[in-house]
Amino acid sequence: MKLKIAGGRVIDPAQNLDQVTDIYIDAGAILALGDEPEGFVAEEVIDASGQIVAPGFIDLCAQLGEPGQTQRGTIASETAAAAAGGITTLVTPPTTIPVVDTTAVAELIQDRAQDSGFARVLPLGALTKGLEGEQLAPMHALATSGCIGFSNARQPITSSMVLMRALEYAATHDLLVVFQAEDRSLVGSGCMHDGSTATRLGLIGIPAAAETIEVSRCLLLVEETGVRAHFGQLSCAGSVKLIEEARLQGLPVTADVSAHQLLLTDEQVDGFDSMFHVNPPFRSVADRDALRNGLVTGTITAICSDHQPQDEIAKEAPFAATEIGISSLETLLPLSLLMVEEGWLELPQLIERLSKNPAQILGIEAGTLEVGSAADIAIFDPELRWSPTADQLRSKGKNTPFKALELKGRVTLTLLGGTPVFRL
Amino acid sequence: MFETKHPYRVQLTESGQLKHFITTEGLPRELLTEILDTADSFVDMGAQQVKKVPLLRGRTVANLFFENSTRTLSTFELAAKRLSADVLNLNIATSSTKKGETLKDTLMTLAAMQSDMFVVRHSDSGAAHFIASEVTPGVAIINAGDGRHAHPTQAMLDMLTIRRHKGDFTQLRIAVVGDVLHSRVARSQLHALRTLGVAEVRVIAPRTLLPRDVENFGVKVYQDLTEGLRDVDVVMTLRLQRERMTSALLPSESEYFKLYGITDDRLAYAHPEAIVMHPGPINRGVEISSAVADGKRSVILDQVTNGIAVRMAVMSMAMSGQQAERQARADAEAAAAAEQGAEQGAANEA
Repeated sequence: MKLKIAGGRVIDPAQNLDQVTDIYIDAGAILALGDEPEGFVAEEVIDASGQIVAPGFIDLCAQLGEPGQTQRGTIASETAAAAAGGITTLVTPPTTIPVVDTTAVAELIQDRAQDSGFARVLPLGALTKGLEGEQLAPMHALATSGCIGFSNARQPITSSMVLMRALEYAATHDLLVVFQAEDRSLVGSGCMHDGSTATRLGLIGIPAAAETIEVSRCLLLVEETGVRAHFGQLSCAGSVKLIEEARLQGLPVTADVSAHQLLLTDEQVDGFDSMFHVNPPFRSVADRDALRNGLVTGTITAICSDHQPQDEIAKEAPFAATEIGISSLETLLPLSLLMVEEGWLELPQLIERLSKNPAQILGIEAGTLEVGSAADIAIFDPELRWSPTADQLRSKGKNTPFKALELKGRVTLTLLGGTPVFRL
Repeated sequence: MFETKHPYRVQLTESGQLKHFITTEGLPRELLTEILDTADSFVDMGAQQVKKVPLLRGRTVANLFFENSTRTLSTFELAAKRLSADVLNLNIATSSTKKGETLKDTLMTLAAMQSDMFVVRHSDSGAAHFIASEVTPGVAIINAGDGRHAHPTQAMLDMLTIRRHKGDFTQLRIAVVGDVLHSRVARSQLHALRTLGVAEVRVIAPRTLLPRDVENFGVKVYQDLTEGLRDVDVVMTLRLQRERMTSALLPSESEYFKLYGITDDRLAYAHPEAIVMHPGPINRGVEISSAVADGKRSVILDQVTNGIAVRMAVMSMAMSGQQAERQARADAEAAAAAEQGAEQGAANEA
């Protein structure tokens, strides 16, 4: 299909481009920017005037619920939500049921995603069998069947020997390892940040050391093994500092932060609202500001959604007894835009952290509007106001603390390989 | 980006009357004083031969204990009966929730049996708040202990005991000794003591038994018992659970007793007329020596007596708060109906 996107402000950090121009699409790829190619007849002209045209976003962490927990979400429902959020590629962790430690599960996820046709889904394979932290998962085979990287998610690898061998093996095949760093013994039965709000509410706290200790251990083993490593969803100032030092040392490490961690702090838990029950927990104002700074200085190079859809009943209980997570694919953009609104980033810098940078972390050809690349495009109105109420969300998970707020910025159209997969 | 929350507001009616009793946090001094005054009158009544008043006649109070506790359950039962309520005791720790029924389902079922009040004890912090705000707001919820969060009736019976022995709160120096970290009693006490204007509140414990930023309660922290007890008027000891030894918080009961146990020798540093309190059940020779527990400074049995009076007070107050709110709602509906009727009448005339 031949498409023309007319009159939008096209921002493509990969080409250092930020100007009002037109884009021409043919056969699922970008044919030209600016002047109309000779003989081009658009079957549809998309009027993007007053809107931003950006590379489709790349989300480094989104749970989909399938296979295994389809009451939370299905690949079809959650990729449709991704499309509504302008996300054209997403990475999904191996914590499905069964976990992604066989090629069959990796292939099933990708097949279902392809059948649904809303977004490209890149599974992470398990680093150890069953995420049990004991034996290596068949990483090479999993990589061959499409796993983009390997992670033990938040399941502990207690033995440092096993962890080192897993990293050595991944390094052998030049595979990316993704850490969601957490020391299980320090998390214990904690459910929020260990600070004065936890003290007042009598909720069990999770100290920042639960993250920093594991980040340190992993960094030391990255140095030892030379594996390419990415740290997902940092939550505290200490982690930012450790990653910054490691990068200065020249270690091959990157990091991301979820959009909601950039905005909220532990004080929000006051009132026991289970919508704020997340892991890693919302931490102090100083931690949040360190995350913002890290995002500005480039220690943290990407923003992810950390999407975790939950069914209604999962959040209906006393705080600690509720399931964790926020349904956040569709709020990734408006929440991230607050970083621009509050003066932390310029709009092109934000788009870079949602598209070009995560593509670089994954080592994939995406996140750009260069001629010849796949036409994965997000068009959004940065001024459009809306609230992520249950009827507005395409995700099966309606669990968001932001539903009562008026957010600014909404995707109006998403193209995946030149095909519209979402229209507002 | 979110409005400031005042979670304790859920327990008050619009006009500031108590309609649930979930935490002592954030309640105005006048309300705490009203609870104490009301309780005072019930203490005297308890000493009479006929101990019943008809304040809750025809009402159903359900005691929902998701955690076992014979003592607290008995005092709540007695308090409800002295108010002439019908009482239903449910030991849920061993029944429906084990069958996979959610807390919400259990509560909805009981509400459908037309209970007027739930007295709830639960191991999760925030359980009473959850029930009052999201499950059955029209049923008065009395928190009989939720996780580590709050045990407001225990705190108020302690306040009553202090007031009956010491009078004016604003002249007092009070020390809370022991496992603050795990204690819902301590949290409720600290809020109440601060609100009632106690001159100086101290907390004495080893660091493993103190929650982070405990100073934010407006208390002075002491690690040394002798220093912390110096010149205090009231010593409030906390219970120490056995499992603190196995979870690497303390090396042994004997070491704890040596460093933090209340003995006559230690009490010599306190004010000569200092009283000693304990929420019970006591671990003699761990938190407190037998000589102190049974001695003349101990007011532990007064606490138990006052507990019934305080529970009667908050039960009757919360019930009238609920009733006032229902009445206000009914009035508003009637007014709206009348207005609509008037409009209709005007339309018909036209």
